Amino acid sequence: MYTVIQVGYLLAAVSFILGLKFMSSPVRAKTGNTIAAIGMILAVVLTFIAALVFENSSIKITNLVVLIVAIIAGTVVGKRMSDQVPMTEMPQMVSIFNATGGGCAMLLGLIEANITNIALAGVGTLSLLTVGMATGAIAFSGSILAERKLSGKVKDNREKVTVLTARLLLISLVVLPVLYFSGFQPVNLTVFMYILAAIALVYGVLFVLPIGGADMPVVISLLNSITGVATAFAGFAIGNKVMIAGGILVGAAGLILTVLMTKAMNRSLLNVLAGKFKKSVAGGSAETAQEIKDISVAETALALSFAQKVAVVPGYGLAVAQAQHICAQMEQILEKRGTEVDYIIHPVAGRMPGHMNVLLAEANVDYDRLKEMEEGNEIMSQYDVVMVIGANDVVNPAAENNPDSPIFGMPIIRTHEAKQVIVMKRSMSTGYAGVQNDLFGMENCSILFGDAKVMLQEIVNQLKLI
Amino acid sequence: METINLYTAIYMSEIYFVIFCIFIGIEVISNVPAILHTPLMSGANAISGIILVGAVIMIMKVDADDYLNLILGGIAVFLGTLNIAGGFFVTGRMLKMFNTKK
Repeated sequence: MYTVIQVGYLLAAVSFILGLKFMSSPVRAKTGNTIAAIGMILAVVLTFIAALVFENSSIKITNLVVLIVAIIAGTVVGKRMSDQVPMTEMPQMVSIFNATGGGCAMLLGLIEANITNIALAGVGTLSLLTVGMATGAIAFSGSILAERKLSGKVKDNREKVTVLTARLLLISLVVLPVLYFSGFQPVNLTVFMYILAAIALVYGVLFVLPIGGADMPVVISLLNSITGVATAFAGFAIGNKVMIAGGILVGAAGLILTVLMTKAMNRSLLNVLAGKFKKSVAGGSAETAQEIKDISVAETALALSFAQKVAVVPGYGLAVAQAQHICAQMEQILEKRGTEVDYIIHPVAGRMPGHMNVLLAEANVDYDRLKEMEEGNEIMSQYDVVMVIGANDVVNPAAENNPDSPIFGMPIIRTHEAKQVIVMKRSMSTGYAGVQNDLFGMENCSILFGDAKVMLQEIVNQLKLI
Repeated sequence: METINLYTAIYMSEIYFVIFCIFIGIEVISNVPAILHTPLMSGANAISGIILVGAVIMIMKVDADDYLNLILGGIAVFLGTLNIAGGFFVTGRMLKMFNTKK
């Protein structure tokens, strides 16, 4: 029986690797997801059987009932939530599911501390358990706060007190366990774990609090990674290899995405976490007055109808306006007339990695039409019209040619190299970085003011007439 | 020194294991294109639900009349299952939408 279970765990770990590997192509990704899910079910079922078989005394009926009820409830609620969530709110959903994993890791640590005799358990196991518990708690409260911030319920807080308290708590999360396990034990293990859990929970909140909206892709990736690490440590403490493997894989995935996201913004992880921007040089060339040309719906529709090649650059504004479907409709009309339409997507557009791609996929956009930033930049001069919908900082040429700009060095989509750029905006307000966009004053750029969804609808109506 | 040697003996194979896992993870995930980053994240998220295995082991270890830990364990199992079920279902739902005419 032992062998069966261990082999099963091995198969589960392999299925996770395959599942992630298959994510490299949209065609196979569905199969990958199914394989990983089957591996997961296998691992859980085997654990369940093992718990029943190895139970040397009589089977604990109460525990079994609690276990089964909790599993059924979790499955039902999980299915419900995933069926109902609109694609625009995917970042919130992922944050919630991430919180559940972290919460589970935290509770495991607490229970283990409650039922373990500190004299019998080794310091090694206990410290692993402590790390797993604390990282789980940070991921839990951090993800919940991230969800609140993404839904706009909690505003950023960048006061010095917040950042300083967070640092203090982080230090105590390292120092306290070291002291405790090297012999300084004023309270018993249970109390100690509860105190540590409380500190970690507060730290999770303070750690996400200063982080601004457009930096959310970084923090969501990071929290995902932390949950993975928590799982791996719990696996270490229990001595379960499939938990270690799963946890580490997730940790690596989250870490890679975190690095990709910070690179795409040309910011250091530390700056993101502190909610800091490079100070712009006061009175620099960035503050020059711009001459803005606005453009009407009719003119936009006309420009589009004459274009051979059109590109759409979507940003978070597209998600806010829920304009993905009408945008896809515009694309279909243009394609019927023989115009080629591409979407060029910046890696940090939206509130989580890949957010825009999911929205456009939902609107039935062919994924062959979705171009990455580099790909789009190479052929930018071929586009007759580029429509920028709800994006700002990621198309600001200042990132390339104004060393004084706070966003200097950030890779951008070079829409200014296209023949004509039409920017859809609600108002002249600045983007997330709070800097003026040099693109708007350029010769080939005009601005179509209004709500993205309403304006796109009008463009579609006009296009049907032309 | 003796304790250190002891821990080395216990954990060395695990440390090898972890390092190899890190490399496999990085290698596999680096090949995921940007268009699939959201499903990658929610799929990875679902995989971190493997913590449920720990929760199942733990809840069966607790005494049947230890209600505090039974409740905590029940919540842990619920959260772990929610992570797995929600994660895989929502990833599947997203991936179904990625289509091409070619």
